[in-house]
Amino acid sequence: MNENPVSAVDSSTTDAESPVVEFRNVTISFDGPPVLRDINFSVGPRETRILLGPAGVGKSVLLKATNGLVRPDSGCISLFGEDIAIMKESGMFALRARTGMVFQEGALFDSLSVRDNVAYQLIQERIPDDEIDTRVKEALIFVGLEHTFSLFPGSLSGGMRRRVAIARALIHNPQLLLYDSPTGGLDPVTSTTIIELIVKQRDFYKTPSIMVTHRLQDAFTMVTHRYDSEKSAMVPLPQGETDPNTTFMMLNEGQMIFDGSIHELVTSDDPFVKEFLE
Amino acid sequence: MAFERIDRSAKELVLTVQDYFLFSSRAVLNIFSRPFYWADLIQQSDIIGVGSVTIVIFAGFFTGGVLAVQSAATLASFGATAVTGRFVAMSMIRELGAVLTGIMVSGRNASSMASELGSMVVTEQIDAMRALGVDPIRKLVTPRIYATVAMLFFLTIVSDFCGILGGAAVTVFMNNQNGTQYFSMAYEFLQFPDILQGLVKPLLFGFLIASIGCFYGMRTTGGTQGVGRSTIQAVVFASVMIIFSDLLVSITMVSIFNK
Repeated sequence: MNENPVSAVDSSTTDAESPVVEFRNVTISFDGPPVLRDINFSVGPRETRILLGPAGVGKSVLLKATNGLVRPDSGCISLFGEDIAIMKESGMFALRARTGMVFQEGALFDSLSVRDNVAYQLIQERIPDDEIDTRVKEALIFVGLEHTFSLFPGSLSGGMRRRVAIARALIHNPQLLLYDSPTGGLDPVTSTTIIELIVKQRDFYKTPSIMVTHRLQDAFTMVTHRYDSEKSAMVPLPQGETDPNTTFMMLNEGQMIFDGSIHELVTSDDPFVKEFLE
Repeated sequence: MAFERIDRSAKELVLTVQDYFLFSSRAVLNIFSRPFYWADLIQQSDIIGVGSVTIVIFAGFFTGGVLAVQSAATLASFGATAVTGRFVAMSMIRELGAVLTGIMVSGRNASSMASELGSMVVTEQIDAMRALGVDPIRKLVTPRIYATVAMLFFLTIVSDFCGILGGAAVTVFMNNQNGTQYFSMAYEFLQFPDILQGLVKPLLFGFLIASIGCFYGMRTTGGTQGVGRSTIQAVVFASVMIIFSDLLVSITMVSIFNK
């Protein structure tokens, strides 16, 4: 990982102001009624979108559709300015390599060590071993797990697996990060550690991201805190201030029922949004 | 209702066959483009080939022995026990060596491929691989197919050799016949079409074992129960397809060489 905080979006391939991700009228179904219906949203450079919603409304499907792991039935999904809805699978791999994804349960390769898991992309690119070791150590230091270098995923706790998964997603300096319920099923202390890492990535590297969660406390922590690099810790923003680049979306029954800022969310008249917030 | 069910099942069958052909052709054609994962090919060759040598040696040896026991008893009634060697060698090389090795390797490796890839699917490791920009068919399936094809070829030769040795052991030590006569009969009547038939089959069987094992593994759904289901389906279909394709190859070869 590069320790210089620079914008993650490569200006040579993506216009500075154009969205990194854009969904236009996207509908997805699997042998039945649509899981997602007529979804529209975009993620701008340096923007963090938090996708809220109860379990089973299609949040993970939407996230997987973002980097082409799931194909839409109709509509257009633009990733780094390219329409991936019509792209061949073979053409997708290069685009996906520019994104980092953290799966719900980590999805670490259980037959590989932590070092080989984190370095997976680098190994495929045949980068020299010495450089791989250095970059893996940097990534593991970033998530506070440098001592797990030689361990196997089976000997890690759930929280440690997620942090290794974050290190794996970050090691290639991705231009977009996708977090699928990174704190799901974790205790509050570990959840806060994970959120702190995500906030650190957001504020230090300015990487645009989409985070799926059904935990409101995590979402509100992200929008009301910033990463203080001097203290090397997440600190609360002054009373009444929120992070302007962190905004919310909410799904219910496959439809996008909310897209806006934290203030718009808490003042929304939508009965489902109100019920969800309560 | 019954008609609708038959209609749906028929469509599912056609779709599955279509998916299988697309899947396996993509996996095979990957060798013509980069990257090719040589290290995975070597690793899989070790797991499939070296790992299966012991069972293939024993299965081949005992099968050859059984052939000698059974054939000697029948041939004795015609006063033709001298041709035991020819009978064992022909049976092993043309037929049993390839089929038995195929079925043994299918039980061992088609099941392990289906369960390994199936577990990776249900724990999202395959999705993670795709998300990291790596093609799972190229990385996981292509090396397995080529490794199985290559290794089954050599395993069949080992099985044929051990089968003839097993037959010799029974002929010499149990039936008290001449070993030199056994080996000369085994060698003398062997012709090119016999060997060709015996060595073409493992190439086809190897492809079937690996492609079916990987295909069912990669389509696993339904958690750990689904992994078990995929494993059973892979072994059953691979075994049935080995015997079915053996019939087709035998008919074709016999009609070509008239032998």
